[in-house]
Amino acid sequence: MRRRTKKKNDRRIVIDRYRCAYCGACISVCKYNANELVETFLSINEDECNTCMTCIRVCPMKALSLEVKK
Amino acid sequence: MNYDVIVIGAGPAGSIAAKTAAEKGLNVLLVEKRQEIGVPVRCAEGVSKEAISRFVDVDRKWIAAEVKGAKVYSPDGTEVQMTEEMAGDEVGFVLERKIFDRYLAKLAGRAGADVVVKTTATGIERGKDGLKVNFRRMGEEFSEEAKIIIGADGVESRVGKWAGIDTTLKTDELEVCVQYLMTGIEFDPEYSYFWFGNEIAPGGYVWLFPKGNSTANVGIGILPKMAKLSAREYLDNFVKENYSEGEVIEMVAGGVPVKGPVKTAVADNVMLAGDAARHSDPITGGGIANAMKAGFFAGGVAAEAIEKGDYSKKMLAKYDELWKNDFGKSLHRNKILQQKLIKMDDKTLNTLAHSIAGYDLQEFSVKRLVTELIKKNPKLLWDLKKVFI
Repeated sequence: MRRRTKKKNDRRIVIDRYRCAYCGACISVCKYNANELVETFLSINEDECNTCMTCIRVCPMKALSLEVKK
Repeated sequence: MNYDVIVIGAGPAGSIAAKTAAEKGLNVLLVEKRQEIGVPVRCAEGVSKEAISRFVDVDRKWIAAEVKGAKVYSPDGTEVQMTEEMAGDEVGFVLERKIFDRYLAKLAGRAGADVVVKTTATGIERGKDGLKVNFRRMGEEFSEEAKIIIGADGVESRVGKWAGIDTTLKTDELEVCVQYLMTGIEFDPEYSYFWFGNEIAPGGYVWLFPKGNSTANVGIGILPKMAKLSAREYLDNFVKENYSEGEVIEMVAGGVPVKGPVKTAVADNVMLAGDAARHSDPITGGGIANAMKAGFFAGGVAAEAIEKGDYSKKMLAKYDELWKNDFGKSLHRNKILQQKLIKMDDKTLNTLAHSIAGYDLQEFSVKRLVTELIKKNPKLLWDLKKVFI
C-alpha cells in the first residue's frame, strides 16, 4: 500500500446508495485500499481515503461524489 | 480446522480452483462473500464453446443461447461479419451465469471442497508455516488456517493487496460497464453484435448478446480515462437511438480489468486467479475462459506445492509460468492491440471497416479479424504485424 500523501479533513467521498450498483470498479482503482464491497454494500474507510477522486471518475453509475465541508 | 487451501471467491476461477485442488485430494475451503453464488451478475455472459467444454460437461440448464458469429459495426454503421460453424454447430455460448456459477460451485463441493457463502475474508496474517485468514460471517468474526490461499475475489480483489501483489488498476486499465437485459427488441439471434466509436463508447464498445427469443444482454464498456459521461449515460443514449422499443428487465454494472498480463500473480502462500489477477482480455473484456484455466492451473500447482511441502513464492511461480505460457500470450498481444485501437479516431475506424466491408470472415476471433485488417491496411497497422502475423 502506498503512503498517504495528504489528508484533508474537510473532504470526503459520499456514496449515493440509490445509484450504486455494487460493481466494485471503484475498489479496483483505489491506491489506498480504502474501500470494500461487503456483499453488495460499498463501504469507504475515511481514515484510509485520500479523496483522490479516482473512484468518482470510474463509477459507471455516477454514485460517488466529493463532499466538501464548509 | 486446518485447510490445505482456502479459495476466496466462488466465481469461475475460484470454483474450478477448488474443484481441481479437491480432486487431487487436498483439504479445500471455498468461500463466497455473497449470500447467493452467481448474483448479481457482472458479465455479458458470452464465451466460446471450446473454452467451456475443456473443463465441464455442457449442461443445457446454463446455456441461454448459442451464436455462430458476430456482426461488428464501425461508427458510420459499416458492417463486418464473422461466421463460424464447427461441423454445423454454433461456436459461441451465451451463458446464464446465475446458474452456471452455482453449477461450478456444486462441482467443487462434490469434489470434496467445503463451501460457505455470506462469508467475507477480512484479512490475512502470516504464521510460521502458513496463513491465518480472518473472516466475518453475519457479524461474527472467526479465522481459518491454510497453507495456500487462492485469491479469486474478482475485480475488487483484496487478497492480492494483503499479500503485497499490487494489482491496483489505473483509469486506462479498467473498462467500466453497464448492461441491460432487454426484451422486445429485434436482432438476429444467431449473432453477437459489437458497435465501436468514440461517440458511442469511448475506449470500449457496445455489445448485444442474444439470450433467447427477442431478449438480449445490451451493454457497454468504456475507458474512464477517455469518457466524458458515465457508462450508464452512454448506454442510455445508445439504447434510445437503437432499441427504444425494448424493455429493460434487469440492470447490472461491472468493472473489467484490461491491464494486460501482470508481472506476477503469486506471493508466498498466495496465488491470484481470474479478474483478481487481471486475467480478463484487454480487447474483448472476456474473462470466463481465462478464469477457468487460471483456476485449473492454480489448483494443480497448489497440489504440487502441498505434496512438496513448499508454499514459497518460488515454488508457486510455476503457476505464473503456466498461465503466462497459455493465455498470457494473448493478453499481451491484445493489450498492444487495445493501446492502438483506443488511439484511433472514428474516421480511422471507418476506414478500417470499409476495407473489409461486406466480408464474412468465416472465423469468430479477434486474431482473424485483425489479421484481415492488417492485410488490407498494412501502413496503418504496420506495428501490429509483428504481434499478429
